[in-house]
Amino acid sequence: MADTSVSTSSATGATDPETTGTRPADPRAAFDYAPAPESRAVVDIRSSYGLFVNGEFVDPVGGTSFKTISPATEEVLAEVGEASVEDVDLAVRAARRAYTRVWSKMPGRERGKYLFRIARIMQERSRELAVLETIDNGKPIRESRDVDVPTAAAHFFYYAGWADKLEHAGFGNDPRPLGVAGQVIPWNFPLLMLSWKIAPALAAGNTVVLKPAETTPLTALLFAEICQQADLPPGVVNIVTGAGETGSAVVAHDDVDKVAFTGSTEVGRMIAKTVAGTDKRVTLELGGKAANIVFDDAPLDQAVEGIVNGIFFNQGHVCCAGSRLLVQESVADEVMERLKRRMSTLRIGDPLDKNTDVGAINSAEQLAKIHELSDVGEAEGAGRWSPPCDLPARGFWFPPTVFTGVSQAHRIAREEIFGPVLSVLTFRTPAEAVEKANNSPFGLSAGVWTDKGSRILWVANQLRAGVVWANTFNKFDPTSPFGGYKESGYGREGGRHGLEGYLA
Amino acid sequence: MTTALSSPGFAGSSYGVPVGLADAISSDAALRRFLHGLPGVDQVGADARAATLATRSIKTTAKEFALELGIRMVDLTTLEGQDTHGKVRALCAKALRPDPADPTVPSTAAVCVYADMVATAKQVVGDQVNVAAVATAFPSGRAARDIKLMDTADAVEAGADEVDMVIDRGAFLSGRYLEVFEEIAAVRDACARPDGSAAHLKVILETGELATYDNVRRASWLAMMAGAHFIKTSTGKISPAATLPVTLVMLEAVRDWRETTGQMVGVKPAGGIRTAKDAIKYLVIVNEVAGPDWLDPDWFRFGASTLLNDLLMQRTKMRTGRYSGPDYFTLD
Repeated sequence: MADTSVSTSSATGATDPETTGTRPADPRAAFDYAPAPESRAVVDIRSSYGLFVNGEFVDPVGGTSFKTISPATEEVLAEVGEASVEDVDLAVRAARRAYTRVWSKMPGRERGKYLFRIARIMQERSRELAVLETIDNGKPIRESRDVDVPTAAAHFFYYAGWADKLEHAGFGNDPRPLGVAGQVIPWNFPLLMLSWKIAPALAAGNTVVLKPAETTPLTALLFAEICQQADLPPGVVNIVTGAGETGSAVVAHDDVDKVAFTGSTEVGRMIAKTVAGTDKRVTLELGGKAANIVFDDAPLDQAVEGIVNGIFFNQGHVCCAGSRLLVQESVADEVMERLKRRMSTLRIGDPLDKNTDVGAINSAEQLAKIHELSDVGEAEGAGRWSPPCDLPARGFWFPPTVFTGVSQAHRIAREEIFGPVLSVLTFRTPAEAVEKANNSPFGLSAGVWTDKGSRILWVANQLRAGVVWANTFNKFDPTSPFGGYKESGYGREGGRHGLEGYLA
Repeated sequence: MTTALSSPGFAGSSYGVPVGLADAISSDAALRRFLHGLPGVDQVGADARAATLATRSIKTTAKEFALELGIRMVDLTTLEGQDTHGKVRALCAKALRPDPADPTVPSTAAVCVYADMVATAKQVVGDQVNVAAVATAFPSGRAARDIKLMDTADAVEAGADEVDMVIDRGAFLSGRYLEVFEEIAAVRDACARPDGSAAHLKVILETGELATYDNVRRASWLAMMAGAHFIKTSTGKISPAATLPVTLVMLEAVRDWRETTGQMVGVKPAGGIRTAKDAIKYLVIVNEVAGPDWLDPDWFRFGASTLLNDLLMQRTKMRTGRYSGPDYFTLD
């Protein structure tokens, strides 16, 4: 698919080897990139993993486990312990002990040293983390290597710097940690979401019990090893693996002072109900249906890159993905033409291949959901298009897909698909663009593409979205706060603001 | 080679600007409106795209293909005040047979020399390798127009197959676009030979002096409208010379030009490309931005001198599994 020619118009015809004269025609017609797989040898996946409680790997009390698979091949990678209510209780007790005896008493400067040490080890073991993330999640190695792992380490570096400066963070002159934080993270950026949760919690002086998603537990367990390697005091970080019930146990535990969740709006609602009436603090980072707004004076080639990066980055498994393209009618045809041409050069396949742009869908369940909503889009009358491409026979795959002629009333314009599926709508005036962008139950992120600085500021002020990107998309930095409006959740992660959720 | 480039309908004063673009050159104001109406280039985005494409991993058969193609795309260049006929003859011998130890290595696309060396170069390479001459008061372009035209005619008369001209950056930066257009068109006319054929025109934008990507895109369109067969980044005398993002912007321009007019125009980054690894990055960008049609010496060239030896060393490494020292490859 990557070698699909983009040529559509009639050229001069001069490329015919017969007419190019003196040199023999090359037998290979096109520049076929040979497979360039990253080696799996750097990472040692154990056949089974226990839970990480009080600084040690322990077997779950009930002895039950589940399998984690590679979504690209459906190969079983490891057996992972399933934490029961008792296991979660043990983890929370360990976290409480570590909090009262060690971590809350430790000067910020010392806590910072541990965080710096973790950050450095993450960098040292970055290739191992990237390969493991790609195997367990299905995302392209290029993304785990160039985005996930470096950004995750950057979060630890950033919050390490805050650990001894909390009184200057703007939350009073003697801010105190909350205690034990129960954290539940999703499968789309397993290690990065772990960093978003653990780094600020630890910097602020809290201890944590973290539950990774059941389809992607392996990098969290490797992170547990990194905590051991960094000599982090036992119990400061505890990792309990399991599915929804384990997550519920973490959220509902009486001795948890703070709940932090990233995931679907549906589960977020359940969590809000569970903690209602308790004195737990909560931050929720939920779904999104971001509008990516392209005005007619936009730098079109870069806007097309931004559209592609907005929705096909990480197979669209991004809560802030630019899944609704709002394009000004006067340039809609040109943008669509360029977008389709660009989509034809996306390389789909083996996530470990360094040239892969779009990897595997994380699970059969998610794939079914994407199929369902795409079929709904077609049934609703939107025009469906995907570039021609061969998908691997095994594993979970979905081609990059774009729907044109979508209206606000279509389900694919309102519901989060969480896959490589873009809905294209058009608008005529800036006011209409803003109105359509805001007409969504979500409000996590948005993008604005225009050469006019004043318009960027005007639009950004009108949009009800936690993050507005101007002439770029899906850019993350530890110094920048991130979070949602409306059904996209509450609380902010990242930056100085990210400390607030972990301080009293 | 020659037949491939002499495609019909190229623009220029006596060739006619493609239909639909004629209005754009009716006046200086109209030309400015047209060029400034092209979609802008966001520098951060263009840099990011080039950086991402530069991470492509080209291995084994793909690398072999790229190295071979890279050699065939080299315009082997010497543009020094100290050039002598002997030096040029040596360069030409190298262009014909880049690796004397291995006859399977293809020739380079061309040699690129000053106009007074064209006859010497032609004697050595004959019709097997093209001879390109820099002209129009290269590298600054600061001379009266009739001098530039005579410079061009002189090179063509001496047998140059290709002429590498420089645009008047001063006129471009002060917004006198029509003047730049007319000069390119006039040079294109001066490339004509008495037998009705013509040397092919490469237009050097000197992107290091144009400074912004918006300017690079405008200058690319301006050159193509005036009849350029190739648009070329740099003289090699100014830093920065060729960069990946600048070449990306120019490749977008030739791609869009073909969409608009149906005509293909070549691209030549020149200066600063020294390693095979860099050259492969350029080929990846050609492949994914302009498309595979441009992966041919007729449509993409490297203006380089030291690059060739690194391509040869990497090629030998792929064939033998061993690196040879630089002494196993000829200096020129």
